[in-house]
Amino acid sequence: MTTSLTGTEERRAPAVHREVVRKRRGPRLTGWAYAAPTALFVLIFFVVPTVLVARMSVSDWNLFAGDRGYNAPENFTAAVQNRLFWPAVGFTVKYTLVTTVILLVLALGLALLVQESSRWSGFLRTAFLVPSALGLASASLLFYALYSPQSSPLGFLGISFLGTPAGALWSTVVLIVWRFAGFYMLLLLVGLQGISGDVYEAARLDGATRWQTFRYVTLPLLRSSLALCTILCVTGSMLAFDQFYLLTKGGPDNSTITIVQLVYNLAFQGANDLGRAAALSILILGALLVVNLVQFRGLRGREN
Amino acid sequence: MSRTPRYVLTGGLAVLFLAPLLWAAIASVSPQPGTRQIDGWGLGNYQTLANYQAGIGQYLLNSTLVAGMTVLFTLFVSLLGGYAFAMFRFPGRNVLFLLTLAILMVPYATLLIPLYVLLNDLGLQNSLVGLSLVLTMFQLPFAVFMMRISFEAVPKELGESALVDGCGSLRALLHILVPAVRPGLITVGLFAFLAAWNDFITPLVLISDSGKLPLPLAVANMRQQVMGIVDYGATEAGVVALALPCIVLFLALQRHYVRGFMSGALKG
Repeated sequence: MTTSLTGTEERRAPAVHREVVRKRRGPRLTGWAYAAPTALFVLIFFVVPTVLVARMSVSDWNLFAGDRGYNAPENFTAAVQNRLFWPAVGFTVKYTLVTTVILLVLALGLALLVQESSRWSGFLRTAFLVPSALGLASASLLFYALYSPQSSPLGFLGISFLGTPAGALWSTVVLIVWRFAGFYMLLLLVGLQGISGDVYEAARLDGATRWQTFRYVTLPLLRSSLALCTILCVTGSMLAFDQFYLLTKGGPDNSTITIVQLVYNLAFQGANDLGRAAALSILILGALLVVNLVQFRGLRGREN
Repeated sequence: MSRTPRYVLTGGLAVLFLAPLLWAAIASVSPQPGTRQIDGWGLGNYQTLANYQAGIGQYLLNSTLVAGMTVLFTLFVSLLGGYAFAMFRFPGRNVLFLLTLAILMVPYATLLIPLYVLLNDLGLQNSLVGLSLVLTMFQLPFAVFMMRISFEAVPKELGESALVDGCGSLRALLHILVPAVRPGLITVGLFAFLAAWNDFITPLVLISDSGKLPLPLAVANMRQQVMGIVDYGATEAGVVALALPCIVLFLALQRHYVRGFMSGALKG
């Protein structure tokens, strides 16, 4: 593999010099020379793995023993018949809906709150944004300590944060809202600042109330930013892993196992069945593509 | 809304967002049963962290190496790639660009399973270099996109005049264009650093040698060192060690962090 990489580089390197001599063919080769590192990365670490995962999904592929021959559609049927499959799908969908709705409403509120440019707004923006500099894993560990009966300063509330299925779900949602609200606020803020002041001025002259301005001016003009946020949030939530792996460990009683956690467990914990994990992750990829396609359609359709 | 209630409401919200971070910082040095810091305030929890297995020095080094390599690889690839996509026409240009963006559509978990096998075949299993290469790939959609629009925002005359003056395209890039796209490079570098420093699932899958773990995994493992009893003090200290570099970097480069989203969202 390594030799072929350097081979390609050597073949392309002279193109840079040739460009000066042969102006007409030059730009093409030069363009490719500069794009070569990107192309190599995309090929080796994206295209090849994508093809490989498709092959693995139809193979009996053990973590240690490797490829042991064709095994389709058994990989897929076994993945779907796993006793945790439907609970994981159900939980992931529920978590995605709850998180997306709460996060977007809150982020929009925050964006409206800090949209004017003043010192105080600048401070607020920074305060809301700081958590988004943290990694999701760090944030999960922080909340793990924050929720634990031994170390929690919130003991006076008398809540079992992670002890019940509902508690575990909502405690995770709080963590995610804390970590991501500023991030989505920023995206919406960019959209808000793209709305020209003239439109608001016109609405004011027409005697629109605050609510009417928001409902009939701001919201429609913010549609593309809201669409972007929705797609990012739904995708991120459907693929949730770190927060549940670290905070709830899928518990209590496997009530917070997400679909990606199931993939991880199939592949690397216990079953060591890469083939079945690959099959499941192909199903996730398919679901993600369908959901995003529907979202694109829906969000664009309403525009017309 | 009149002035004062507004300040109280928004100020309260800001406190809510900052409180968990402040709490972690304070709790990591305050006395707590079940930790090394039982009596009085002090750095006992940080000592636990420092002495955990290979030592926090090793894990910090691993994380720094991974983040450093990822930033370097990402900057190198996206600088050249962005230049190519913005300034040149070549066959396959659009296909390659769309393929790069398509990385965003495929879940990490879907790619990590074959990558685990592939890195073994390449002799990069359990290696920080392999981990950095994979993390770089995950960064490419944002980085290449960002660098492409940075180059497109540079006035055409600037690049052309350099070429007319007899510069090769490489010299034009290095001497004239790199300074012009520096803000884009800083944004890309910042995002690559934050992503690589904080990534959890990629090293969880790709790194099994406990001496090579990056810091987030080491802190997560450290939670349960003694017979399943969790050392919350050490966990809090670990969170502080993880968060501090990110927060400092974020505050220093906040402008570029915001810019990254502006340019991304404007197109979308």
